[in-house]
Amino acid sequence: MKDKIANLLKQYDNDRSRLIDILLDIQEIYHQVPDEAVGILADQLDLSKVDVEQTISFYHFLTQTPIGEYAIYLNDSPGAYMYGRAEVAKAFEEEVGISFNSVTQDGLIGLWDTADIGMNDQDPAAIINGIVFTELDPAKVKKIIGEIKDGKKVEDIAENVADVIYTKGILRTMVKNHIHLNNPIPYDDQEVGSVLKQALDLTPEQIVSEIKESNLRGRGGAGFPTGLKWEFCRKSGGDEVYLICNADEGEPGTFKERVILTELPKMLFEGMAIAGYALDARQGIIYLRYEYRYLLAYLEDVLQEMRDQNLLGKNIAGKTGFDFDIRIQLGAGSYVCGEESGLIESMEGKRGEPRNRPPFPVESGYLNKPTVVNNVETLCRVVPIIQNGADWFKSIGTKESAGTKFLSISGDCNAPGVYQVEWGMTIKEMLKMVGATDVQAVKVGGPSGTCIDPTQFGRSIAFEDLATGGSMIIIGNKRDLLKDFILPFTNFFIEESCGSCAPCRSLTVILRDKLTRIIDGNGTQSDIAELYDWARLGQTANRCGLGQTAANPIITSIENFRNLYEDLVKTDEDYLSAFNMEQAVAESCEVVGRVPNIKSH
Amino acid sequence: MNKNKKLYFEIDGKACYAEDGQSVIDAAKANGVFIPSLCHVEGVKAAGSCRVCNVKINGRNMTACTTPVTDGMVVENDIPELNELRQAIIEVLFVSGNHFCPSCEKSGNCELQALAYRYQMLVPRFPYEFPIKGVDASSEHIFHDRNRCIMCKRCIRTVTKDGKNVFAFNGRGGEHLHVVMDEKLASQLTEEEAQEAMEICPVGAILKKEQGYLVPIGERKFDKLPIGSDIENK
Amino acid sequence: MSKPVLATTSLAGCFGCHMSLLDIDERILELIELVEFNKSPIDDIKTFTKQCDIGLIEGGCCNSENIEVLKDFRKHCKILVSVGECAIMGGLPALRNGLSVKECIEEAYLNGPTVGLNTEKILPNDDELPMILDRVYPCHEIVKIDYYLPGCPPTADLIWNALVALVTGDELKLPYEVVKFD
Repeated sequence: MKDKIANLLKQYDNDRSRLIDILLDIQEIYHQVPDEAVGILADQLDLSKVDVEQTISFYHFLTQTPIGEYAIYLNDSPGAYMYGRAEVAKAFEEEVGISFNSVTQDGLIGLWDTADIGMNDQDPAAIINGIVFTELDPAKVKKIIGEIKDGKKVEDIAENVADVIYTKGILRTMVKNHIHLNNPIPYDDQEVGSVLKQALDLTPEQIVSEIKESNLRGRGGAGFPTGLKWEFCRKSGGDEVYLICNADEGEPGTFKERVILTELPKMLFEGMAIAGYALDARQGIIYLRYEYRYLLAYLEDVLQEMRDQNLLGKNIAGKTGFDFDIRIQLGAGSYVCGEESGLIESMEGKRGEPRNRPPFPVESGYLNKPTVVNNVETLCRVVPIIQNGADWFKSIGTKESAGTKFLSISGDCNAPGVYQVEWGMTIKEMLKMVGATDVQAVKVGGPSGTCIDPTQFGRSIAFEDLATGGSMIIIGNKRDLLKDFILPFTNFFIEESCGSCAPCRSLTVILRDKLTRIIDGNGTQSDIAELYDWARLGQTANRCGLGQTAANPIITSIENFRNLYEDLVKTDEDYLSAFNMEQAVAESCEVVGRVPNIKSH
Repeated sequence: MNKNKKLYFEIDGKACYAEDGQSVIDAAKANGVFIPSLCHVEGVKAAGSCRVCNVKINGRNMTACTTPVTDGMVVENDIPELNELRQAIIEVLFVSGNHFCPSCEKSGNCELQALAYRYQMLVPRFPYEFPIKGVDASSEHIFHDRNRCIMCKRCIRTVTKDGKNVFAFNGRGGEHLHVVMDEKLASQLTEEEAQEAMEICPVGAILKKEQGYLVPIGERKFDKLPIGSDIENK
Repeated sequence: MSKPVLATTSLAGCFGCHMSLLDIDERILELIELVEFNKSPIDDIKTFTKQCDIGLIEGGCCNSENIEVLKDFRKHCKILVSVGECAIMGGLPALRNGLSVKECIEEAYLNGPTVGLNTEKILPNDDELPMILDRVYPCHEIVKIDYYLPGCPPTADLIWNALVALVTGDELKLPYEVVKFD
């Protein structure tokens, strides 16, 4: 093992900042990061063992215990349950003979609950050894497990229904793209590199000002003006500047970047090259969420193709002195790494804990150099803006929200998938577009966004009204909103909190327990009021977007669906104890061998 | 003589002066203003993790330990909204650990307890969780009680042996995160180093073994005067 | 006018809080002028004989009898006060909350260093005995508690000042030195 790991380390120049890559490689080989490996890494990188372990233990897909030769990560998000996740999970447990979050005794198969994997339009979905299996049902599960037991390789088990075929063969996965366009923006088929060449005739300053002029705002959710971010970065100066493409969409219910990466990688890379030129950056890095690892080889191939065409590399497109290349950095399973500074920490081989600001990444980001982090969709927008001009872009959408938006729409509707719409579309129009009737609620922007009721369906999708990164979960009237959505979304934030800020780490647990108490029928009116007040505390107290929005499922559901809470609580009492004598004495009575005598006590 | 300092700023209307690059919390202290914190260690890179030093800077919530003073900055500190928030965070920390003050050697010298006294917490508004995070007594000189840990990262940022971290986070999230001690390195710590580790811990999570209760009740750090009095009465 | 009626009890406590109450020294004479005692170990009245105004609860709930007594207090007292760390957060008895009940019982009756005489390895299981709860509960998790007086024990001054404030309706001022958790 020592030699193997020494070789691995050599491959990464013994660079501590590449720790995630090193650990992922080790995990791949051993189906875990063995204790011995931790010791070797610690010695070689001059770290303490606990220091290496604090990185490992931060990521869902890095483990210090075996995950099984066939590791089955089944999406556990509320959206999956809408499509039959419970039955699929049961089928897995029955076929494999173990319960979730454990491994068979022979170490062959492991079953793992996993936060949203970006397949909400084709759930229930699972990742098995990196390959995605979608639209699972008990019959498919039976077949998959049967073939695993027969010793078949995972790539041979996957039925290929992928939409993309690339040079080295088919993209072996069961993922479909479900694209529904409605598009005023040229979507593909332009000549790759033509816009880049157009851009290179401009000065970097001219590009920045064109992007500023276009009113392009970040598509990840926060909506920061892209041109302004670029300008700040340029102002920071310095000889080394990084451009990072955030491909870590982890918000439950979002999957549009998966589709962009599959359908439009060249447009993305071209947009990155233009951004690189505008920022004087020589290195672009795509932080690709581990759930999309199945796209890695494909994306590498596309990158190579573009290098071969001199659209990446040295003296790009004949422009002397413009060198820019892109590498792909894999994540390892963490929602908070979608936050730009958490992402940067992760890229440096550390726990993905968001940083304190100031300084902002544009001043001091990756390796403490000025860094721009832009979302996949945002960088794609750069290409048509340069091609057609800022005025054209502004002519689409609304006053404050220029252009179009990719929406990931899932839940109770006829046609879940990725939709490109003009900013300004109302929720009502959107529901009609996807064939959704009998709707109880729409979770706009996923769990961290807002949960709206039908009286608000006239509101429009735009930064000035309902801002969103694009996750739209449609929840029908028959669903139990609090129990099946608000509670698991709150649990999601508990699990995904980096834990650094006290209120995010611990208050969210307190909120979850209070919510559970209400759902269990042990709540009173005052519990609703307290839950709301407590939930609001985190909004200002926490450092990053995750912490500030972790209570949003609770806050927005109390604001818009108060009746659901009222129905659950006892209104005629001001105090209710959740204490249950029978449960409380059960263990002690069993230990001493007596029959609990509840009535006399 | 303060006037020679470079930057002018205000805390709750009081004129203050700061060095360039000085954090709001340190500059406040130098100007006789106490901003409470549980994770801050002067001279060590700020963690901004306890969130207790939340202040309003030009109207926006920021942590005083991570924000450098800029000229003309207007800081709000001792206002009901912030004190309410701080008390809530302190209460959160109380219920999410096992803080049995009467049986803790750090009682009377504990900063979490002292802040609760300062804000006159009689009972946390939140239910106690009684978490089980374990204790680690493997080191010769240190007793590490994770149930008392408030995860301020002070030890993670300061306690090293041969340049390596003795303490580190493990896990993530509200239910699995805890601080662990490196067995090998912790066993190499000298008694003096163990004493320093204990002193850096704001609560009773890191204790030096075979020490117990050194100072009688009534004479401990926070028995008579609230935490921060030394700064305010300067 | 009749005096306000006071009841007190010690649940899973050590009677330290009651000791602290007695520690008000000569003010105890004022106390009996101020209030009338009902159910309390101080006057040894074992059951409530009337509705009370104030109930002081020492100790948390570790067994079924504690629960019963606490609920009885809630029923008979207009105002209920948690007195001391054990009532407020379980206190020392709650140190067992990280252990299983089985471990606790076995340590107490079978394995502990002082268990020499239990040669027949009998675990107390008489039906008359209170049943042990899965963990120690703070009082306010069982019934509504109106006020809290922290300390282990709360200082005599704190208890006295609080009682006077409750009886007279005056505002309760708490100087820094009197609010302590140990």
